[in-house]
Amino acid sequence: MDGIFLQQLINGLTLGSVYGLIAIGYTMVYGIIGMINFAHGDVYMISAYLAAIGLAVLAFFGVQSFPLLILGTLVFTIVITGVYGWTIERIAYKPLRNSTRLAPLISAIGMSLILQNYVQIAQGARQQGVPTLLDGIIKFHVGTGYVQLTYTKLFIIVVSLLGMGVLTYVIQRTKLGRMCRATQQDRKMASILGINTDRVISYVFVIGASMAALAGVLITMNYGTFDFYAGFIIGIKAFTAAVLGGIGSLPGAMLGGMILGIAEAQFSGLVNSDFKDVFSFSLLVMILIFRPQGLMGRPHVAKV
Amino acid sequence: MSKILQKGFLALAVSTAMGFAHADIVVAVAAPLTGGNAAFGEQLWRGAEQAANDINAAGGINGEKIKLVKGDDACEPKQAVAVANRLVDSDKAVAVIGHFCSSSTIPASEIYDEAGIISITPASTNPQVTERGLNGEFRMCGRDDQQGIVAGDYIVDVLKATKVAIVHDKDTYGQGLADATKAQLAKRGIKEVLYEGLTRGEKDFNALVTKIRSSGAEVVYFGGLHPEAGPLVRQMREQGVNAKFISGDGVVTDELVTTAGGPQYTKGVLMTFGADPRLIADGKAVIEKFRSSGYEPEGYTLYSYASMQAVAAAFKGAGSTEGAAASAWLKSNPVETVMGKKEWDKKGDLKVSDYVMYEWDDQGKYHQK
Repeated sequence: MDGIFLQQLINGLTLGSVYGLIAIGYTMVYGIIGMINFAHGDVYMISAYLAAIGLAVLAFFGVQSFPLLILGTLVFTIVITGVYGWTIERIAYKPLRNSTRLAPLISAIGMSLILQNYVQIAQGARQQGVPTLLDGIIKFHVGTGYVQLTYTKLFIIVVSLLGMGVLTYVIQRTKLGRMCRATQQDRKMASILGINTDRVISYVFVIGASMAALAGVLITMNYGTFDFYAGFIIGIKAFTAAVLGGIGSLPGAMLGGMILGIAEAQFSGLVNSDFKDVFSFSLLVMILIFRPQGLMGRPHVAKV
Repeated sequence: MSKILQKGFLALAVSTAMGFAHADIVVAVAAPLTGGNAAFGEQLWRGAEQAANDINAAGGINGEKIKLVKGDDACEPKQAVAVANRLVDSDKAVAVIGHFCSSSTIPASEIYDEAGIISITPASTNPQVTERGLNGEFRMCGRDDQQGIVAGDYIVDVLKATKVAIVHDKDTYGQGLADATKAQLAKRGIKEVLYEGLTRGEKDFNALVTKIRSSGAEVVYFGGLHPEAGPLVRQMREQGVNAKFISGDGVVTDELVTTAGGPQYTKGVLMTFGADPRLIADGKAVIEKFRSSGYEPEGYTLYSYASMQAVAAAFKGAGSTEGAAASAWLKSNPVETVMGKKEWDKKGDLKVSDYVMYEWDDQGKYHQK
């Protein structure tokens, strides 16, 4: 025992919490209007750029302390990304609300391409980067080896869990959450009972985008580099996590993210990193064979 | 009346079409102008553009001007094939400078070969580029089997390391280079402690880094490009892995520092690359021209400039833009380029390659060792 297993667990947990945050956006949108928002990965990508812009602006105004810097960036990024989420829904999905289910799907793919190309033209095709914000490492000894954890990683795990906690509270305990759940269960009935379902759907997009924004800030801090194409791979992974946990289920998305991250890390460590994606997707296939609704999903009910 | 008009238009159309066909020599620059490797695409474009301007200012080729067209392959084999077809069919290019990534150059060059035009890659180092018996395929750079020898020998002779981890990006260039280094290490009696691939486009390699750590490697050799090399070296340092990091010519850009998150991470990183073309006296005037326009001709910029010069020299020497004639001329005549005198063998490889080791300093710049 030289701490390798534990180190891989930490690696997986960091990666998994980020997958989980992005998976929330996929799962909530699917839950409420039954479509896969393929542009969600690119919303995350936009938030990474916004995070870098926010950091640069704050640093320009002489903000030096880390808590202030990160708080300011988080607020800025979440607000603007939320606006993006809202706008995308209004432009690309709302006009197609009553058409066939394939139409918004195609529209989502188009939106994804538009966002990528827009950022590429506006920000250039080069790799972007931000300097390290939070220096420092925690190192503790385990048996003959050691486990090393940067403050940034610890920060990621804590903040994502916090974010997920807050969101769970909002959905389970507040009026907004109740409206979301009602709309998810039966949109027509909810609207008869006086809920403005169109507005609730917009809220869901804003919430999903905010979670992606949180992930964007955290990832930008941790890896320090991104480009306009950054949303693609991570979007696919997060989507996988959402399906794994049971698409439509909020705790399922978080759990799915964690499982996917940890499975990838442990498989790379124990077997071979060449085939980690093969392993993750085999896992997904196995789960879907034995539990088609995903780990925490409810059995399929016909949607209106 | 209308018939006369029609005929007149027809004649006009034909004459303009022919006029276009003879006014310009269309040369394509095919490179990753977008995507993670756009920095290299810019190097290739800048180099070729400057060369074309200089050649046109000096009277062009056989009295005709060079007209450049862009082809963006995003370093994706599928897109490279589509772009190659477009360059040949609709742009009517008679020569191609490119591509950048070996995995793009290899499938695209088949199309250029079928069309009977010459193509010179300033940067693709995979041996297969010139090993397939294509008549019109040349390169301005060395080969990975030469580069791997330099890296392998350096690890054994200078670093005196015995525990080497080899990582690659599962792409034609990256894995080819890693394999070449691996082969040279084996020849020198060293078996690597780890040999694994990572996925291009990902940013989290922590699991792999932990594995490198537990392997106890003193040297990590990476075959791949800077969007992955940067995060990899950073995550190594964050996990307390202080092994020497060596890579190849796929990281020759200042962007390595950006992707790694600062020069504190890239300090001490080693890479193999051709002897710095900016130090060759022949190119002094050209380099000044680049710098006065505010662009530092780093990495493959001058390789691309030299490729354009080689195309021009071949068309002049052969007296035509016909691929077979130009190719035959290039294989039997030396060309004076911005990087000195260059000669090609029957395969289209350079007769002399000059790989040396470079090191990154704490300011985020690299220097020849």
